[in-house]
Amino acid sequence: MAMRSALGRARGIGSAKDGFHHWWIERLSAIALVPLTLWFASAVISVAGADYATFSAFLAKPWNAGLMICFICAGFLHGKMGMEVIVEDYVEPRCVQVAVRIFLNIAVYVLGVISVVSVLTVAVRG
Amino acid sequence: MTLLEERINRGGPVSPHLQVYDMFKLTSFLSIIHRVFGAGLLVGTLLFTYWIASAAAGPQAYDCAMNFLGSWFGYLLVFGWSFALFYHMCNGVRHMLWDTGRMLALKDIYQSGYVMVACASGLTVVAWVLGLSL
Repeated sequence: MAMRSALGRARGIGSAKDGFHHWWIERLSAIALVPLTLWFASAVISVAGADYATFSAFLAKPWNAGLMICFICAGFLHGKMGMEVIVEDYVEPRCVQVAVRIFLNIAVYVLGVISVVSVLTVAVRG
Repeated sequence: MTLLEERINRGGPVSPHLQVYDMFKLTSFLSIIHRVFGAGLLVGTLLFTYWIASAAAGPQAYDCAMNFLGSWFGYLLVFGWSFALFYHMCNGVRHMLWDTGRMLALKDIYQSGYVMVACASGLTVVAWVLGLSL
């Protein structure tokens, strides 16, 4: 064992395969979130303190509802990816880490789906 | 055996240990804050979901949510969330530049750090001035 080089030992085992994918999804969602965040900020500024009718009318425009859903999807996905890395880095022992990751995934999908359905509800109702 | 010991024994990657760094150097401080704000933003999405779901629930629930968000505590939460959002976005752009291999010299890292903090603060101030005046 000690006679083999590090490369020799690593060869043939193959990569973990999904390491790059996680990193790549985090970057892709980050790139999407730069313009989406700027749009979201301007959207919130335009409806800050608005009453129900104004806010409904805002979300009833397909352009606004669509971008809001894009912001929600990219945002929650990016948040889940980032938080997973934090949990992997700092949460010990392993069994707690796995439990936290399961909770994190469920929580993010539940909140994300509720948010998207809410946008659609308001958009369709006008 | 803790996960940390397991990792050290394996000779594999070991998490970023805050204690071994000088946490208050600009470089490490901005990096730590990036993660802290990222985590805070995800927790803060509870507030976002509450806002958008209240609108779906109807005018009464929406007014209730707006009352909460319009209170001093609501303003504090939204202000914190907005600054964290702009900070994480600006520093994210900085990370993307690093990913392309640019601006990795120590001098550049300090310089882009100052520019990033100025941009994030500027965006926050502009957003709030516009939001409160329009």
